[in-house]
Amino acid sequence: MRLDQTARAFFLTELVSGFMLAMRYFFAPKSTINYPFEKNPISPRFRGEHALRRYPNGEERCIACKLCEAICPAQAITIEAGPRRNDGTRRTTRYDIDMVKCIYCGFCQEACPVDAIVEGPNFEFATETREELYYDKEKLLANGDRWEREIARSIAADAPYR
Amino acid sequence: MSWLDTLIHVLIILAQSLGLLVGLLIVIAYLLLADRKIWAAVQMRRGPNVVGPFGLFQSFADLLKFVLKEPVIPSGANKVAFLLAPLVTCVLALAAWVVIPLADGWVVADLNLGTLYIFAISSLGVYGIIMGGWASNSKYPFLAALRSAAQMVSYEVSIGFVIVTVLMCAGSLQLSKIVEAQDTSLGLFGWYWLPLLPMFVIFYVSALAETNRPPFDLVEAESELVAGFMTEYGSTPYLLFMLGEYVAIVTMCALATIMFLGGWLSPIPFAPFTWVPGIVWFLLKVCFMFFLFAMAKAIVPRYRYDQLMRLGWKVFLPISLVAVIVVASVLFFTGNAPQ
Amino acid sequence: MSFAAAFFYLFAAVLVGSAFMVISSRNPVYSVLFLILAFVNAAGLFILLGVEFLALILVVVYVGAVAVLFLFVVMMLDVDFVELRQGFLQYLPVGAIVGLIFLAELVLVVGTWISGPGVTVTKTAVMTYPKGNTHAIGQVLYTDYIYFFQIAGFVLLVAMIGAIVLTLRHKANVKRQNISAQVNRMPEDAIKVVKVRPGQGI
Repeated sequence: MRLDQTARAFFLTELVSGFMLAMRYFFAPKSTINYPFEKNPISPRFRGEHALRRYPNGEERCIACKLCEAICPAQAITIEAGPRRNDGTRRTTRYDIDMVKCIYCGFCQEACPVDAIVEGPNFEFATETREELYYDKEKLLANGDRWEREIARSIAADAPYR
Repeated sequence: MSWLDTLIHVLIILAQSLGLLVGLLIVIAYLLLADRKIWAAVQMRRGPNVVGPFGLFQSFADLLKFVLKEPVIPSGANKVAFLLAPLVTCVLALAAWVVIPLADGWVVADLNLGTLYIFAISSLGVYGIIMGGWASNSKYPFLAALRSAAQMVSYEVSIGFVIVTVLMCAGSLQLSKIVEAQDTSLGLFGWYWLPLLPMFVIFYVSALAETNRPPFDLVEAESELVAGFMTEYGSTPYLLFMLGEYVAIVTMCALATIMFLGGWLSPIPFAPFTWVPGIVWFLLKVCFMFFLFAMAKAIVPRYRYDQLMRLGWKVFLPISLVAVIVVASVLFFTGNAPQ
Repeated sequence: MSFAAAFFYLFAAVLVGSAFMVISSRNPVYSVLFLILAFVNAAGLFILLGVEFLALILVVVYVGAVAVLFLFVVMMLDVDFVELRQGFLQYLPVGAIVGLIFLAELVLVVGTWISGPGVTVTKTAVMTYPKGNTHAIGQVLYTDYIYFFQIAGFVLLVAMIGAIVLTLRHKANVKRQNISAQVNRMPEDAIKVVKVRPGQGI
């Protein structure tokens, strides 16, 4: 054992330097945020809670093509289409997403030809029961109405990269 | 002395004890919060900050939560010992405080063997853990109980020798006498931490081990033993264990304050500083010691069990034994030994 | 009845009761716990006698260390109580004979006991020393009885060494950790930086 090592062990220099390092971090700015009151910025590509969008005139975008249902890897989406209407388009009679099955991969959003089903920026939709997480069409459309501004802004921000 | 005098005497002691108990528990509630805040600060977190301003009522919210929860006793457990264990831990930890002088004359019972009394009481603390671990009738608590028995017995030995060096310097086991012996014109530098610095370090580390604080918290090593001897506990019994543990920690801080940091004495022994009441200095020093305890939790990784035993028996025991001889020789040959 | 007397009867009663429970309780862990209670009450009796140093040393040594090891061992034992009680009748005559002989000896000793004059006067007096009984014990232990004290220490040391010698086995193929060697290892002892040309190897 060398002399300097002995001296270091004797005077506990490593403990003291560790203590000093800890004290430096003690006074360092905190890296955590005060969550429910402060939130981190989220990306325009963030994949949160689902929403069904409408056209500005109030018409539903979804045309019941069932591409999202087909691509969904978790098979969380169930769609039933209604009869063809006079203008030659179809609308869904049932659009359910089982949010418990959903893996938030965003494939439904990618598959949608009319930007109807999107994953919005909301991630705070925890519920107390499982049943509340079986979303139906009404709930999804309500989400779309509520989050339309943020969703439109995200899509616009992301558009140049697509 | 008529029986009325005796009655009044007993009532005064009861009132003093109650006051001490209430004060102690409030101090502990805030030290517990401080512990969490310090730990959080080193890890660049905020720590509890929701209940009350800056989280100041967090400990009371926790207390309420524990008390209102349903106590669960495992069906295979030994009921009497299971419920007795947390009580033993808590009561023994609180019992140590009757001899601790908070300021000049502020003590419930100034025993002339105060140090030995605290040493004896803290050595009994292991029974709560052993009984709890055994009575739970479960593997992890049992393993924790076995670990703790060996650990606490090992580190008591070195704490005992550290106490011996201090009492040789002070010439008394009475805690107030030990503080008075440190009352010199040198102030801060007349306290025993300077001449007995190695002993102070050994006492600090042994106190960590004795109170099962990290890095010696093998008794409740969550990565190995779930929650150790407290695995099967919840609700009020768990609260009592927790309380006992923190009271024991604060007792060790107070003991270190009295033996090495001059108790209630002012660090600078002249006018404006000596006007400050002794209790303030005492509390400040206890908080400083507790800060060191909390920092140890934040910066040091947990020891492995054989390393812990090695440190206790092969490092601290020889060093403290030699130190007893050295201190005795120095005091004897320089003629400084107390009469 | 003074307070001291009341506490004496309290401690004495609990002491005798718990001592009885030590031998009569079926669970050996309970026995050890009652033994601890007995020790603590004995310490209380010592305090009533004014020898608080002995009382606290009793607590530190017997309760804090020895009984912990007892409890440690007893908890580890896997005792089958049915099996334990099977041999009870078989050993009862032997135990009874030993007990009777012991009782007879005790009766003989106590029966021929003659107290010196004046002993009965000081029997119940609380002992007081000018500098406390820690000082008094030290004064006697390190002067008049220093040889006995040292010999007692040596006996314990020999017993400890004997226990270690009996149980220590050095296994050849067990790796042991040398912490100071590990801590003192420097990067230059362990790492060598080598420039390796492509296709040449080391």
